[in-house]
Order: sequence, then C-alpha cells, then structure tokens
Amino acid sequence: MMSVTLRSLGKFAIAAAISLLLGGAHAYADDTSVTIDNFTFSPAELTVKVGTTVTWKNHDDIPHTVVSAGKFRSKALDTDDSFSFTFTAAGDYKYFCSLHPHMTGMIKVE
Amino acid sequence: MSEFDHDHHDESRGVSRRRVLECMTWAGTGVLWTISGGVPRSLGLVDSALAAEPAGLTFLQISDSHVGFDKPANPNALGTLEEAINRIKAIPTKPSFMIHTGDISHLSKAAEFDDAERIISQAKLDVHYVPGEHDFLDEEVKFYKERYGRGAMGAGWYSFDANGVHFIGLVNVVNLKAGGLGNLGAEQLEWLENDLKGRSSSTPIVVFAHIPLWTVYPQWGWGTEDGARALDYLKGFGSVTVLNGHIHQVMQKVEGNVTFHTARSTAFPQPAPGTAPSPGPMKVEDSKLRTLLGVASVNFKPGEQRLAIIDTPLQG
Repeated sequence: MMSVTLRSLGKFAIAAAISLLLGGAHAYADDTSVTIDNFTFSPAELTVKVGTTVTWKNHDDIPHTVVSAGKFRSKALDTDDSFSFTFTAAGDYKYFCSLHPHMTGMIKVE
Repeated sequence: MSEFDHDHHDESRGVSRRRVLECMTWAGTGVLWTISGGVPRSLGLVDSALAAEPAGLTFLQISDSHVGFDKPANPNALGTLEEAINRIKAIPTKPSFMIHTGDISHLSKAAEFDDAERIISQAKLDVHYVPGEHDFLDEEVKFYKERYGRGAMGAGWYSFDANGVHFIGLVNVVNLKAGGLGNLGAEQLEWLENDLKGRSSSTPIVVFAHIPLWTVYPQWGWGTEDGARALDYLKGFGSVTVLNGHIHQVMQKVEGNVTFHTARSTAFPQPAPGTAPSPGPMKVEDSKLRTLLGVASVNFKPGEQRLAIIDTPLQG
C-alpha cells in the first residue's frame, strides 16, 4: 500500500514537472475527465468547449464532493463513484470539495 | 467594619490559613470551597481540614469511529469501535459521561448510525456528540440532527455544565469555503460569545469540536478558519481545555491557560502532518493497527489548573 502511494507520488511529481515545462498545470482539448487521488483534483485546471460533459471520479478511500457555488454540486462520492456535469455556457467554473475545502480546481469553458 | 468583614493583609497572595480558620467559624460544617488560581478548590471538611481530596470528574472522549469504513486501512471499523467500548466497560471507576468528537459514521447511512448506536450504547454512559463532516453526507442532511442534534442550536452546537465545569460542543464542519479550513461561522460565534458572557473567569471550560480549533497543518485543512475568534472569547478564563478529533492521532499543545488535545480514532490512523502525499487513511501492518487506535480519558480534579488527559491505545 505504502509503495503504491509512493509510486503515485512519483508519478505526480513527474506530471507536475512536465506541466511546468509546458507552462502551467493546464490540460486541453478532449480531456474530459478529472480524477481525485490523494485529496487532489487532477488536472487541477481543464479547458473544454461549450457542450462538453466532464466526469469526476474519486479514487481515494475517503469520500469527496465536487461543488461549484450556484452551478453544480455532487453528492458525496465514495471510492470509485463518479459525477458528471455538462457545461452549456462559456466561463470559468471554480469548484472545490465541500468536505475538504483545501481541494480546489477549475474548468474553463470556451 | 462588620464582624464578618475579616481583615486580611495577605489576601493578594491567596487565602491564608488564618482566613480559612476564621471563615470556618461561620461557614458551619461541610466542605469549604474557595478559589485558588482561578479554579474552585476544596479545602476539605471543617472537622478534618486535611480530608482526602475529592476524586473530581472523569469523562471519556472517543472520536472518528467511521462506522461503515471497510477499506484496507481497517476492513472492520465497527469491530475496533466495539473493542474500544469493551475497554471502556472494563474501567473500574465508572466515568461520568462520554463525548464523541464526530465522524460517527463514514457515509451518514442510516444503517451506519444504527450500528454505531448499538455498540456505543453498550458503554451505558451518557454521550455528548458533535458532528464530523462524515455525519452530514445523507441527501437531506437530517440523520445527524434527528439522532443526536435535538435541542441543539444551528447545525448542532450546545453547552452544558457538570461538576462546576462548563462544556461547549461546537460544529466546525458545515458551510466550508473553497480554499479554506474548518468553519464556525458568525451565528455560532455570536452564540458562543453570549454563552460565555457573565460566566465567572474561574469556571473551568472544556470546548469540543471535530476539526482542531488550532492550526495543525493548513495544507491538509487541519485547522479552523475562525477558530482564533472562538479562542479570543475564552481568553479571560483561567482553565480552558480544547478537545478535537479529525486528524486520527494524538497531538497536544499548551498555550497559556489553554490546553489543546486531539484524540485517536477508533477506526484507522492518519499520517503525521506532511509525512505522506495526503491525509488519507494510513495502512499499517495488521499487528500495529491497534496501537494507533484508542480512547482518551479526561480527569478534572478541583484545584488543578489543567485537566489530566490520558490516551489509551486499544493495544500496547
């Protein structure tokens, strides 16, 4: 269990390094899923076209939520539960986990 | 000067033996209470001034039972809760009551609350609860309130008195703000201010809430955004004890007259701040699990400034 955790940390570090090279933790185009691992939304920022459905999936052993004030709110997602939302208007959608509010993310809809 | 207005040149240094003897002449028989260091202190029975000190008040704290949790860090959280309750049942001197500092359930399912109640009630003690964030996950957010929050204010805060100690149960797991920590909110803070108003500064205070009221590790959300405001209202009191859960490990800090303490979980341990990629459940060797779970016993002895807190693991 510990080795898995360390491995995923290593993976995260590499991903972070690549993101830095590309100039920011920013994902583009067809990427329409966000995973929750180790109390972190990944990618933390995602840009999609209007009409795209984004799906969040929780891989942690602890429940999380996905909440964007006044826009969308998932129920508590247990391990491997998902939540989807279709973005019909352009804009920046900041969201967070209402149980662990230090977990934040953003969907940019263009 | 009236005959009862005793003249004490050394009053600033506390109650002198002479004053005690003088007061006894009209205090009659019984226990004579006085104030020492802001805390009520028994001077013993009049007829035997050095009688044994009263045993004081003993209560228990359990926390984070996460009934329903079945992941590798502990596939049987209900079983370890039962072990904790069995240890409590075996304590020779029955404690006055128990507090539970939240995360009774893992997912706020009715069956989880039912199982928790079935096990915890075997201790045959009054239990004073405050909710954790895991206790407000049901669709209508009503199970906690229906089962534990009747008669409480707002999301479930309240106060009560026992043996001259004032207990305050707070809720810091609702209306959390993006990017923030635990949150008490303006309404609860106002209630707290009023609850303390007019109370003698010599009253020992015990505050309990789920998330630590002090900042343990903000990177993992281990702290309370407006906790400092609550502590501000408690500044004038001679003895303040703050009991929390949430972080699934024992941590203690003393700051002036305030003692901060977090209890172990009965379900699974979490890593020390910053020692893992996240604060999620920590998987340890099976043989080690019970050394990291446990309960706390708190003893208040009149005359002592600080409450004595003893953490007992389930094993070892």
